[in-house]
Amino acid sequence: MPPEPSAGALITLEEVTVGYTGPVAGPVSFTVHAGEVLGLGGANGVGKSTLLRAITGTARVHSGAIRRMPGLRISHHQQRPARPPELPLLGHELLRLLDADHVREPLAVIPLMDKPVRAMSGGQFQLLQTWACFAAPVDLILLDEPTNNLDSQAIATLSDLLHNLGEQRAVLLVSHEQQFLQEHCDRIVDLGT
Amino acid sequence: MSDWLLFDPMFRTAFLTGLSLAVTLSLIGAWLRMRDEWLAAFGLAQIAAAGGILSLPLGLPVLVTATVAAGTAALVRELIPHPDNSHYALMILIGWSAALVFAGNVPHGNVIGESLLRGQLYFSHPGHLVSAFGLIGVLVACLPWLQPHLLRERFFPDWYSANRIRAWPHRLLFGTLVVFAAVLGTVAMGAFPAFAMFFVPAWVAFALVRGWTAALCLSVALGVVAYVTAFIVAIVLDQPFGPTLVLLLAIMAGLRFLPRRN
Repeated sequence: MPPEPSAGALITLEEVTVGYTGPVAGPVSFTVHAGEVLGLGGANGVGKSTLLRAITGTARVHSGAIRRMPGLRISHHQQRPARPPELPLLGHELLRLLDADHVREPLAVIPLMDKPVRAMSGGQFQLLQTWACFAAPVDLILLDEPTNNLDSQAIATLSDLLHNLGEQRAVLLVSHEQQFLQEHCDRIVDLGT
Repeated sequence: MSDWLLFDPMFRTAFLTGLSLAVTLSLIGAWLRMRDEWLAAFGLAQIAAAGGILSLPLGLPVLVTATVAAGTAALVRELIPHPDNSHYALMILIGWSAALVFAGNVPHGNVIGESLLRGQLYFSHPGHLVSAFGLIGVLVACLPWLQPHLLRERFFPDWYSANRIRAWPHRLLFGTLVVFAAVLGTVAMGAFPAFAMFFVPAWVAFALVRGWTAALCLSVALGVVAYVTAFIVAIVLDQPFGPTLVLLLAIMAGLRFLPRRN
């Protein structure tokens, strides 16, 4: 088992190469500290999403090490979140799955609370999933292309969430939108082209 | 005379067995639909039928051989990295062909094969009833714990690995419940009627209501109504129960065209 990260760090990647049957991204090294928004940039296909999946244990670490703070809790907003067809689950029922229904939701999320998932637009579902990841009792929030399908009001909501993150938690944000990364991240790691 | 048969004590075991299964199958069917695994139920039912036919040459109870066969198929499915409907379709083909080949080559195989594929609810015995009651008891007891896990894994599939939480306990429990439900449904009702009970009530309920709990309740209600109606119609009109149930459920699927509440 890899040793723990240094004090104040939630997670540290050391010369990590990740992929599936073969390597897709890396080697890359960085540390995510509490209170910061760390951006992961780079061209399409460079392995940004695969890196997040390696952190969640669904992609393979071919070399290097990922060190986690003991008891680290993670939520992961996927680039294409699963949405079963016709599912009558309501917004607040989905939030309850991550114990994320105890936090006062943003204005843009309120209309979604009693709306079935099946009736939501792509952007609405995206925003609800993102909010679930923020409102869940976790230390590290992984966001994979969270601006996809979002309108301007939803992007403003996302911006507020990132700016009001607090000192105890961190966000690892993957986006191909360089401007969004620069506006919202404390640091950016570029995975290259 | 048929009307009197409804109140014949001989039919009570069959009626209560089927009623328990109507609740169980329609409830599990909703979870299978949520997980996009509803076709797996038909595959397991076909495999259970094939295994059930082998009870004759092996000299074992049908429930045992059907459970072993369906359990083995479920285990193989778990070993496939990302099982989908293509794998379930293959399971159906294997189960169907194996059942008919076994039926053609085992003494009296055709008789038991026919009953497992089409259903012989009226020949249910107290063992079936006890098993069906046991299954529904386990299901109700596990529901509060199992359901959030199944839903969470569907919407946040890497939640468990990301947070180093074991996922195998709820997966194993759900897989076991599905196998036993498919086996009991196949042995008591027949493979096609059991699959129809897994499939149709949840399909209709998902289209009509808002909210997960409401969908579960409606799914069970539709399953029970279809079952009781089929039981009565089959006796009163002297029709085979299995096809009557499937036909009623197929008609019930028309309810999907009712205005949807969003």
